[in-house]
Amino acid sequence: MIADFFFYVFAVILLLSAGAVILSRNPVHSVLFLILSFFNASALFLIAGAEFLAMTLVIVYVGAVAVLFLFVVMMLDIDFESLRGGLQRYTGIGGAVGAILLVELIMVFGGWHLAPDAARLRMSPIPANISNTEALGRVMYTDYIFLFQTAGLVLLVAMIGAIVLTLRDRKTSRHQVIRTQVARTAAETVEMMNLTLGAGTTESGGFLRPKESEPEAPAHEEAHHAHH
Amino acid sequence: MPITNGSVGVEHYLAVSAVLLMLGVFGIFLNRKNVIVILMAIELILLAVNLNLVAFSAALNDLTGQVMAMLVLTVAAAEAAIGLAIVVVYFRNRGSIQVEDVNLMKG
Repeated sequence: MIADFFFYVFAVILLLSAGAVILSRNPVHSVLFLILSFFNASALFLIAGAEFLAMTLVIVYVGAVAVLFLFVVMMLDIDFESLRGGLQRYTGIGGAVGAILLVELIMVFGGWHLAPDAARLRMSPIPANISNTEALGRVMYTDYIFLFQTAGLVLLVAMIGAIVLTLRDRKTSRHQVIRTQVARTAAETVEMMNLTLGAGTTESGGFLRPKESEPEAPAHEEAHHAHH
Repeated sequence: MPITNGSVGVEHYLAVSAVLLMLGVFGIFLNRKNVIVILMAIELILLAVNLNLVAFSAALNDLTGQVMAMLVLTVAAAEAAIGLAIVVVYFRNRGSIQVEDVNLMKG
């Protein structure tokens, strides 16, 4: 059957690219293989009938998360060669843990079967004749509204956390001190001079320096910013 | 109502997602020094979880699994953002992202 064929194609590409993510020497290649595996997982979602999730996976992961990874990999000036090594050291324990996990999963699958009354225990059966997106929306905004709100809160916390973590105050950056700006008067900074017609600046005493340089920011402002 | 939806059986999805999960765990062990690849491996693990949820959602003809998959997707995106922010801060402080022996918190 054609769906079976496509399932196997996408599954094989998914697993191969996932293997390439963890094995490739260059992290940029890792990110690109991660994008490939997300696309293939999205195709598997499509085959399972979850169209909205498939599109969300492409938009959220490929559009946002993978680009974020790519940004960080390329922005940080990292000597990736120094991060290599230890491959032989960890292959044994990693393989052991992976093999134990796989054996356990096979054991679970071996003894697993659907409960006979599983069809009766469904919480929100997929309604017929409406699209997957509409069905998901109907369920998500009614039965799972608290879950939805929690997801929003998680995103808010993540956003604030990421900003707080990466915000920094450079010592060289010059902030605007509105208080000082407002307190200045024209008499402190501007000097009016009468010049005769046709006279150059030389007769008037050469270049005139500003009366005072721009005031430095008060010390406690610096102390306020410095704790980041 | 019969519990059959989607042409591909749930066992196939479970096998694929089990191998994907194992690859993710293996990746964490294999790239102990490179925290960015560790984060990617965590993304792979969460993708395997999503695949399981969607497969069961299709097999049981129940939308709850897809709602849960949406939640996992959200958490994965938040985790990636926070993790990468921590990586950036760590790189700023140490000039490297070598995380094999992170003991900054040790007194």
